Amino acid sequence: MSELTLTVMRLGFLAVLWLFVIVAVQVIRSDLFGTRVTQRGAARRGGPDARTQRQPAAPPPQQRRQEGGRGNNRQRRGAPTKLVVSEGTLTGTTVALQGQTISLGRAHDSTIVLDDDYASSRHARIYPDRDGQWIVEDLGSTNGTYLDRNRLTTPTPVPLGAPIRIGKTVIELRK
Amino acid sequence: MSSTTTNTTTIGTIGAPSRRNTELAMLVFAVLVPVFAYVNVGLAKDGSVPAGVLGYSLGLGLLAGIAHLVVRKWAPYADPLMLPIATLLNGMGLIFIWRLDQEPSLGKAMAPNQLMWSTFGVALFLAILIFLKDHRVLQRYTYISMVVALVLLVAPVFFPGVNGAKIWITIPGLGSLQPGEFAKIIIAIFFAGYLMVKRDALALASRRFMGLYLPRGRDLGPILVIWALSLMILVFETDLGTSLLFFGLFVVMLYVATERTSWIVFGLLLSGGGAVAVATFESHVQTRVDNWLNPLALASNGGVTETAQAMYSFGSGGILGSGLGQGYSRLILGIAPKSDYILATVGEEIGLAGLMAMLLLYGLLIERGLRTALAARDPFGKLLAVGLTGAFALQVFVVAGGVTGLIPLTGMTMPFLAQGGSSVIANWALVAILLRISDTARRPAPAPAPSTDAEMTQVVRP
Repeated sequence: MSELTLTVMRLGFLAVLWLFVIVAVQVIRSDLFGTRVTQRGAARRGGPDARTQRQPAAPPPQQRRQEGGRGNNRQRRGAPTKLVVSEGTLTGTTVALQGQTISLGRAHDSTIVLDDDYASSRHARIYPDRDGQWIVEDLGSTNGTYLDRNRLTTPTPVPLGAPIRIGKTVIELRK
Repeated sequence: MSSTTTNTTTIGTIGAPSRRNTELAMLVFAVLVPVFAYVNVGLAKDGSVPAGVLGYSLGLGLLAGIAHLVVRKWAPYADPLMLPIATLLNGMGLIFIWRLDQEPSLGKAMAPNQLMWSTFGVALFLAILIFLKDHRVLQRYTYISMVVALVLLVAPVFFPGVNGAKIWITIPGLGSLQPGEFAKIIIAIFFAGYLMVKRDALALASRRFMGLYLPRGRDLGPILVIWALSLMILVFETDLGTSLLFFGLFVVMLYVATERTSWIVFGLLLSGGGAVAVATFESHVQTRVDNWLNPLALASNGGVTETAQAMYSFGSGGILGSGLGQGYSRLILGIAPKSDYILATVGEEIGLAGLMAMLLLYGLLIERGLRTALAARDPFGKLLAVGLTGAFALQVFVVAGGVTGLIPLTGMTMPFLAQGGSSVIANWALVAILLRISDTARRPAPAPAPSTDAEMTQVVRP
């Protein structure tokens, strides 16, 4: 057998062995199971409505980027980028704000699942209005949602850093 | 409900998919790698593809295929990596033994025998997967397994020693058996069952002293008994490896069960003290320690010590190795080039790069075992998985550490890789039990608990 063939086989074998190790590690990586975060698209009641909603569902990111381009300054300076839980059992949790509605409550499908006896299962939601201003709305909760110290009765714009209190949990919007 | 939401994010748990197809792909890979190595050895030694290549690859493929089908049927949610890694290690072991068989100076051919033992091992693997429907059944045999393990451990005392270590039972006409390999599985079952019941007493009844939780005197009883037992193994059977394995296994499981660091401290102190004490008066152990401290000194027969020979072969291999079938393993004239010292040949022929890959494969197998323990839902399964993985890991450490000169050499076999029937069979059984636990652990949970949404919201009354 020629020297060259043997050298190629020697290195080839090492490569194959390491390939096996790497593939095995990839399998482990894909095997990490636990929690999964799924983005649910617009799901409205009623079929035709949902379909009309879904058809323009593809462009929104583009649209938003255009809006962002137009109101660039405002987006840069004023807009909050994350929601931070500053008090309560979930202290330290942050959620990035990307134009989606954030639901708060004890229900399992809430964006932030509150582990708080004083919260209702669907307690409140925070969403951006057409101008990109974030609005907090109480969803008819038992104990109410407070912005600063005022109990909410209507959807209210949230200023940066203002504490939203739900039971023992306090949430703020931050840059 | 969803009419009020426009775009929400849901965070939920997902069950692991069954991953059987991944396992099949990995198995095919795991069969092809040894076949490549086989062809490589043949080309390097004789300049031709070995005649048995078709039969051998079909045989290994058939074994792996049957194992895969049985796993698919009887343990559909089991871990996808354990079986391929075990197959690859076993296949590589066969290749290295066959390669050493090509050196006439190293004694008679062992590879056919090893192939037969591997087949028995896979058969036992299949039998365990088929008949052991639930690992919790083993919990019923906690104390019976203690007795069985003790009998297996003590039995070799009554048989003549081989190479200074009494670890064999010789059955006339059938060959010899290394009961310690099986005892490690059985004693892990005992420890798991025992600690599951006693761990609260061991963990909670303790005094705090200098930042350590000291257990009560009477709770120290079991650890002292096991310690004395492992020292007795060391003294009467002069088997450093087995005694280290048992004591280490107990300490590992005790730590996992109680979360008390003090057990590790105690364990290290006791094993260190015991080892030093025994090494001072037991000549066999003393020789091993001397060889470890001065590997380059001349051995008693005027030649070079085995440790030095192993080091020379590692050095000769270098980083990329000399190539399969192109090393000088025939120069290793120690006691066991095909079993205890097989890593020396591995290190010489596939070099540091290859040896690291092999050790990583062991590491991945151990990782999967610990992952199984994390995922298991019942405490007995958790402890058993930790115990079996711990025994496997300790064995790999003791052998690899011994051959590379990190710790004194002990007479143990590298799992799956080294020649030795008991070892291969016992390790296949170990992997089977781990697969059974991982199947139970990864099976999707039955029905979710009733939703907490139904709970009442408390009303604030100022």
